Amino acid sequence: MRQVVGLTSTYSSDEFGVCSALYELGGMVVMHDASGCNSTYTTHDEPRWYDQDSMIFISAISEMEAIMGDDDKFIEDLVQTANELKPRFIALVGAPIPYMMGTDFDAIAQIVEERTGIPSFGFMTNGMQYYPNGISMAMERIVDFYCTEKKETQQNTVNILGATPLDFSINGSVESIQEWLKSNGYTVNCTLAMNCSLEDIQNMSKASINLVVSTGGLKAAKLLESRFGIPYVVGVPYGKKFASKLLEKLKLKKTSLGWDRKQVKKEKHLALIGEAVTSISLACAMEEENDVSVIVLDPLNENNELYRTLDVYVPEEDDVMEQIKSVDGIIADPLYKALCSNKEFYPYAHVAFSGRIFEKDLPNLINTEMKRK
Amino acid sequence: MLRRVRDEILEGVEKKISEVHFPAPFYAGLEYSSPARGTWNIVHTGMLIPESHQIFVCAYGCLRGVVLTAAEMNALDRYSSISIREENVLDGSMEELMVEGVSDVLEKLPYKPKAILLFISCQHFFLAYDQHLVFDQLRARFPDIRFTDCYMIPTLRKSGLTPDQKMRIQMYSFLEKKETNLKKINFIGSNLPLWKESELYTWLSSSFEVWDLYRCQTFEDYLDMAKARLNIYYEPLAQKAAQDLEQRLSIPSQYLTFSFNEEELDNNYKELSQSLDVACPDFEKEKMEARRAFQELKRVIGNTSIAIDYTFTFRPTSLARRLLEEGFNVTTLYVDVFVGDDEKDFEWIQTNYPNIKIRPTNQPGMRFIHEENEKILAIGQKAAYFEATDHFVNVAESGGYFGYRGMVEICRLMQEAYLNKKDRKNIIQKKGYGCESCIV
Repeated sequence: MRQVVGLTSTYSSDEFGVCSALYELGGMVVMHDASGCNSTYTTHDEPRWYDQDSMIFISAISEMEAIMGDDDKFIEDLVQTANELKPRFIALVGAPIPYMMGTDFDAIAQIVEERTGIPSFGFMTNGMQYYPNGISMAMERIVDFYCTEKKETQQNTVNILGATPLDFSINGSVESIQEWLKSNGYTVNCTLAMNCSLEDIQNMSKASINLVVSTGGLKAAKLLESRFGIPYVVGVPYGKKFASKLLEKLKLKKTSLGWDRKQVKKEKHLALIGEAVTSISLACAMEEENDVSVIVLDPLNENNELYRTLDVYVPEEDDVMEQIKSVDGIIADPLYKALCSNKEFYPYAHVAFSGRIFEKDLPNLINTEMKRK
Repeated sequence: MLRRVRDEILEGVEKKISEVHFPAPFYAGLEYSSPARGTWNIVHTGMLIPESHQIFVCAYGCLRGVVLTAAEMNALDRYSSISIREENVLDGSMEELMVEGVSDVLEKLPYKPKAILLFISCQHFFLAYDQHLVFDQLRARFPDIRFTDCYMIPTLRKSGLTPDQKMRIQMYSFLEKKETNLKKINFIGSNLPLWKESELYTWLSSSFEVWDLYRCQTFEDYLDMAKARLNIYYEPLAQKAAQDLEQRLSIPSQYLTFSFNEEELDNNYKELSQSLDVACPDFEKEKMEARRAFQELKRVIGNTSIAIDYTFTFRPTSLARRLLEEGFNVTTLYVDVFVGDDEKDFEWIQTNYPNIKIRPTNQPGMRFIHEENEKILAIGQKAAYFEATDHFVNVAESGGYFGYRGMVEICRLMQEAYLNKKDRKNIIQKKGYGCESCIV
């Protein structure tokens, strides 16, 4: 049945996607919700919480404020805290109850900005969408606001778009992507949004090309293309051979997917469950170096512009169970194992699904040989 | 470590006890959440009912914390989710979603639970969904499974009963009236069991069958808690649960305040003996043991600064007062809201030690508090985090360390913490102190 997850976990939500994308940028990010969201995000979806400063808070809205539509306390609290902590910007993040109240986040952001002089943004998340929507919303908005001026293009300079711990953990994968680019003659300009500052974002227009490493980075890439004519390539350099192919695509300086859409089913046929860009890249890397075909089952959003011929959108647990009937094995987060009892199962942890549980076991597969026996 | 003391921020959040009011010392504005996770949540608590299964119906953002709580405690096989999507909010299909969703879960499960804890969220209240219809239909469809309504409703935490109080009521909602067993008594409402070495346990277990949720291995054991002649509780949040059981099942209750004061403890025991109609033992020996334990601890730790947080015990101010009376150097209390029983101790400290610092744990400014100055002994995980000390007592929700012998054990734990460092970062981030955890 739709919407039922009987046996396994659920993915992180859009509000946490916004928080993750903005974490390192020096802003104050406030989820407009009662309580619980903040500890959920910081416990399960934010591996940087213990060691790295950030201003992620919750408004602690109460029943009466919700029923009466009382935004005044929220505004006063935002202004007071912003005046004390002096963030670079203020981001207001929606949750289920403000969605039902019809809270006008843009209007509140405007009032707060007028009173504090600090750039403020409203994000109409509602906790009922998945995290890539939140990452996408946040990255597009922050680029739209801060990257307005065309700087002189520097050849062989790349922005990486869509990097958050929800898809890449903090296991060194993002640093490895940067190293891979550098070792191939590129200068990394801005990595949105890990090891990144607002100044980096202001200078994004210097890049000659963008590399989109998750669906969360796609909208920002499209914005940079339409505003400054910077093309983008979609893909993550997993494996040796697929990384080489991705490099060739980058060299063409044209907007493209990092993979071919046509897929051929092989005798050994596997399914990989996960976010579209990272999963298709990993599937391609496995196919390049092994005699297998790997279809991607995308439970998050319908990304038809990214899918290869055999990849499928699987919004429900039942869809996943149906699709895996016809494959020989499954590569997925370990918490999916409960659905795959009669199949070969290859665990591959995903922070956005199992949180911190398996993060210490998550391999860094960037530009790494993928040949398996 | 990137966190550091920012004096100007600290100045804004920290108060002297003489400057604050009981019970709410701080303004409630935006909130911060520290990485100390030892306190239990509703998933941990719900798992105490044997052979039960939990189903949460809420948005992804709300599901995230509960599903991963279940996963981290290796109990995902006793947990399921039904996600609320935008269309359910807009088209009024909540009742159908719940009935069909729960039915689907029960068909998929590889085992048949005896009871379902069906959790609804804030959204249900704002949609005014028909709860009776949902539960009536489920009970009709699955007559051999029991259902109860549970609540994840933080938006309503300031309106009437809090979610924690409601959870404690619902934890016993499956109980039905049974013939009283005069030899049986229950401890109710606590997440952790009463420590077996406590004089309270030794006393009661010598004459009665002492039950709590921890002792229940089967759902039948749980249902048999309805046979008890008395429900005892020391967790203040359990008061409404005790009243509910008095009303529904005619089981009287006895509250024992979790005090560190000898007079209050003696009164507890006197009242309990009257409720049970038995003689009250003489606990003079245990009382002396506790006094000696404090003296020995003082000899070892001397004038070391001590910080206490509210997650360690239900009565942090009572503990602070006892330590101050015994000559210890208590410097800081981490408390967001004081509880009712602590008012006299609060006033006593205000009068006698007006400079003791009160710090919140959830104010935004606390994000930047991090002190690594002198050697500080922290009692509780949050105090350990904010004081950045590896010398801390790792206990939450009282640890069940009740009474004089409980104090002896707390002194032992303080001494052990003073002498040995702990792996603070890894320990305090585990959820649900005392629960199984797959987080290494």
